[in-house]
Amino acid sequence: MYYISQYIQLQAGTVLFNGNPFFQSEHSEFKGFAKELYQKLELQYPKFYKMDNLCKLAFLASEIILQGNQESDVALLFSNQEASLGSDLQHQAHIQDPEQYYPSPAVFVYTLPNISIGEVSIRHQFKSESMFLLADAYPSTYLLPYTQYLLASGKAKKVLCGWFRMQDDNYEACCYLVEKEGPIAHETQTIE
Amino acid sequence: MAELKELLKEQIIDVLNLEDITVADIQDNDPLFGEGLGLDSIDALELIVLLDKEYGIKLADPKQGKEIFSSIQTLAQFVEQNRTK
Repeated sequence: MYYISQYIQLQAGTVLFNGNPFFQSEHSEFKGFAKELYQKLELQYPKFYKMDNLCKLAFLASEIILQGNQESDVALLFSNQEASLGSDLQHQAHIQDPEQYYPSPAVFVYTLPNISIGEVSIRHQFKSESMFLLADAYPSTYLLPYTQYLLASGKAKKVLCGWFRMQDDNYEACCYLVEKEGPIAHETQTIE
Repeated sequence: MAELKELLKEQIIDVLNLEDITVADIQDNDPLFGEGLGLDSIDALELIVLLDKEYGIKLADPKQGKEIFSSIQTLAQFVEQNRTK
């Protein structure tokens, strides 16, 4: 049996960490919320401002849940429904008009959802197992056994699982860390 | 030239999302890459697009970028000499 040691939810300007209020933003729209939370965390990571919104969401959630983490062998299993739709649409807008065809390299690099895994891995210097799944709803029936497998086989010491929805100002992050010890059993009813 | 340098600083801050940097923070001869503003390779590509979009300058040889983008001073000189709009 494995356990959930930490979990976090970010939604509509509110952050709940392990079920307790952690942060309440004055802004419900994502841009203001993300900047305010970044400043509250007192981070010095200018690259944050260059990330797309999906990466910012995954970055902030991971930053909080991995506070104090010393383990580098942390697998990242992220998922969502929209992939990188926000950046995809932004990129499309840049190339829509043949007379004004100026694709932005800084936007284009975020037109894949698994870049969010890369951003978190760079930040925490993880060289671990990772996967980004697309699904209509949180794919617990797949992620539960896969998480158990990664831990049981020794391919990871901890697994960070996350569901990151990002479309315009509708955003939601649900994230939890699975390891050998923790207060909550890692089973279907606790991750859905 | 001074006006162009100020405009370039504003445009760089805008397109590269340099949230904590103001025009006053960028000195004309500060290196843009490495120790200076800490820009990276994606930023370099974004600057090439900026030159094309705003000034009608197409860099045929990306290797030119190293010299052109070494500072605001060199960038402004290049833009002034080569702009088509």
